[in-house]
Amino acid sequence: MNARAAVGMPRPDSGPAPTRVVVAYGFWIFLLSDIIMFSALFAAYAVLYRQTAGGPSGHDLFDLRHVAIETMSLLFSSYACGLGLLAVERRRLSAFYFYFALTFALGATFLGLELGEFSTMLAHGAGPSRSAFLSAFFSLVGLHGLHVSAGLLWLVFMVAQTAYRGPRDFVRRRLLCFSLFWHALDIIWVALMSMVYLMGAR
Amino acid sequence: MFGKLTWDAIPLDQPIPMAASLFMTVAIFSLLGLATWKGWWPYLWREWLTSVDHKRIGVMYVLLALVLLLRGFIDALMMRSQQAVAAGAAQGYLPPEHFDQIFSAHGTIMIFFMAMPLMVGLMNFVVPLQLGARDVAFPVLNAISLWLTATGALLVNMSLVIGNFARTGWLGYPPLSELQFSPDVGVDYYLWALQISGIGTLLAGINMVTTILKMRAPGMSYMRMPVFCWTALCSNMLIVAAFPILTATFGMLLLDRYAGMHFFTNDGGGNAMLYFNLIWAWGHPEVYILILPAFGVFSEVIATFSGKALFGYRSMVGATLAICVLSFTVWLHHFFTMGAGADVNAFFGIMSMIIAVPTGVKVFNWLFTLYRGRIRYEVPTLWAIGFMVTFVIGGLTGVLMAVPPADFVLHNSLFLVAHFHNVIIGGVLFGGMAGYNYWFPKAFGFTLDKRLGVLSFWCWLVGFYVAFMPLYVLGLLGMTRRMQHYADTSWQPYLIVAEIGAFIILAGILATIAQLVVSIRSRASRRDRTGDPWNARTLEWSTASPPPTYNFAVLPEVDRLDAFWAAKHQGGTAPPKRYDAIEVPGNSANGFITAFFAVITGFAMIWHIWWLAIVGLVCAAVTLAAFGWMVRADTHFSGKQVAAMERARRATGAGS
Repeated sequence: MNARAAVGMPRPDSGPAPTRVVVAYGFWIFLLSDIIMFSALFAAYAVLYRQTAGGPSGHDLFDLRHVAIETMSLLFSSYACGLGLLAVERRRLSAFYFYFALTFALGATFLGLELGEFSTMLAHGAGPSRSAFLSAFFSLVGLHGLHVSAGLLWLVFMVAQTAYRGPRDFVRRRLLCFSLFWHALDIIWVALMSMVYLMGAR
Repeated sequence: MFGKLTWDAIPLDQPIPMAASLFMTVAIFSLLGLATWKGWWPYLWREWLTSVDHKRIGVMYVLLALVLLLRGFIDALMMRSQQAVAAGAAQGYLPPEHFDQIFSAHGTIMIFFMAMPLMVGLMNFVVPLQLGARDVAFPVLNAISLWLTATGALLVNMSLVIGNFARTGWLGYPPLSELQFSPDVGVDYYLWALQISGIGTLLAGINMVTTILKMRAPGMSYMRMPVFCWTALCSNMLIVAAFPILTATFGMLLLDRYAGMHFFTNDGGGNAMLYFNLIWAWGHPEVYILILPAFGVFSEVIATFSGKALFGYRSMVGATLAICVLSFTVWLHHFFTMGAGADVNAFFGIMSMIIAVPTGVKVFNWLFTLYRGRIRYEVPTLWAIGFMVTFVIGGLTGVLMAVPPADFVLHNSLFLVAHFHNVIIGGVLFGGMAGYNYWFPKAFGFTLDKRLGVLSFWCWLVGFYVAFMPLYVLGLLGMTRRMQHYADTSWQPYLIVAEIGAFIILAGILATIAQLVVSIRSRASRRDRTGDPWNARTLEWSTASPPPTYNFAVLPEVDRLDAFWAAKHQGGTAPPKRYDAIEVPGNSANGFITAFFAVITGFAMIWHIWWLAIVGLVCAAVTLAAFGWMVRADTHFSGKQVAAMERARRATGAGS
């Protein structure tokens, strides 16, 4: 039973996976669970979006041009993040810093636009306690925004850690996880944009 | 400054909660004092509180479960006593608002803080050993999970002393749980405790799935995994898929309560039935999260004590996977009375009957494993056989209620209460006790006393039937659940019998405690030096008891199912010529400190102390970031050290 391991030759096709694989795999499972959490909120939104209680509906509130800019910021932010990850894998640190700064700027733009939209709605009396529709809208979109905010903090932390520790194995594993997280937020945003904004603005 | 928190929050005017909280406070402080007086803190801190060893964490989970079993059981005794006397003109000794808190706390504690930690703890301890792994995939995360679960348990128990607990049942249905009808902190205690511990459970699930899929020993393909690992895999996949729904649902209810939103309110377009659907989309998978690991325990126990390979391994795996998938298609049977219409009810009724089929497959597999086996009636065997009889009865009454027209009669009656206690006690708790008796010698290196173990089993088994069979009858007679008082005195004899049953179960619990105490005191004579006291089949028995920190000096190579059994029968394996150095993760206080701040955040949110909530949250985030910044020190065992430890073990016992 121990023969192969005893001579230091684990079978190449089996045995514990390398750390990078384990970490990325675990993080993927976390992302799946996160997407399930969103899907519960999507379900709530689908049930409640007609329940405007005499208040404004999506048609009255959504501005698709605004949403288009938001979408573009977020998607290009992910593109920059991908380029940054490739750069750090090739140990091109200055390119990495540039792309991650761009990622941050675009992500912050997205967040700023979203907060702007929220404050306009609040100013018009369309806050989350106005109706079940608006509760579901603010919670769903706001949860995504909360993820983006957490992602931005994480990004700053990772850039600092890369600067301090250099692109060591564990730092690059974490950057990989961050990049997966940032891309997953795109997937959720695409669903959000289609289901909430495109279908709701009609 | 202190939000809603004033001196009025301490129930000085109510003798029963006051006495209970006084007892609890005295007990906790005397334990803390004893630890300080004896100078145990450095040991506790080093070996337990900051440990990231999956075995220690598993043991702490089980300990948490057993302590909370006592709390939940006291609640049960109080309810049984109330219902035994509060008939006709008598009002009993518990006023309604207190009785309602007790049944809510009982359900919440028994599911979230007894059954869950019991199963998660067993999986944590056993699965890496069975896989031939050195630890779980993410050891520090594992500690965080444990301490977040403990945070939730602490918050629930704090409600006994400060404020009150929810009066809304164990699932907190709106609109009753909305601010309009439950304006005090009870529901908030419930929600924050479960939110925090739910995150812990989710992280534990992610950890365990990754461990099982990515950390197996060389050669252990999927179809060579022990059945317990399969059931753990399915259970944890369900955790990953179901717990986020719970988090989202409780999040919505919290937003209703804290931000004036309208998800489930009566006004503003809210929809309470949305909550029912969402909570049961988590809740039904949850019951399989609990029962699947128990099925795994029974599979291991029955195979070991029959001296045979498990009958129908492949069908067992298939049945487990089938249950895993089907568990997401039956949630509506919890509220057929919602009025979704005949088509919807028929679909969910049929699915609920179909999901009983794979469970039936398992029962037959266990029976065929026992058939013509050399059965040894050790304590785990008794729990397994008691389970097979009891669980089948509970399953049958469940299938009965899966018929929608029957359910309209039985919905929310004591028949339902009897049914789910029948499957949760007869399934999950019996499974937990079987696993506890089975793996205890692996965890501590000595066996548990058999005589008291047998006594505990018989008290539980007999007590269960005496306590819950009358409830089936009462349900058919029309008694609904959660009654503080009833007018129909013809129900009283049944409820008195049920209370006698509860006291027989109490005797079982006392026997379990006595078993532990007696076994610890006589541990010198019950040492197991072989590492394999039951002549078992799977890899956890191939290493020492208790296993070294690194589990296996050399990662085992697996070439078939039950490879350890096969190796034993081929005369065992020779010790390897040399040992490689082993790195295991060093201690980390991350989990304990994060959970400390989680307690503060949760408590502050419950009492609307906003500044403190922000402080707690920021401190928790800074803790995580600080530990993320530091490079962790691993504990290093050189090849020589490993060789010396292995030689010492082989000198004292057999070993593989």
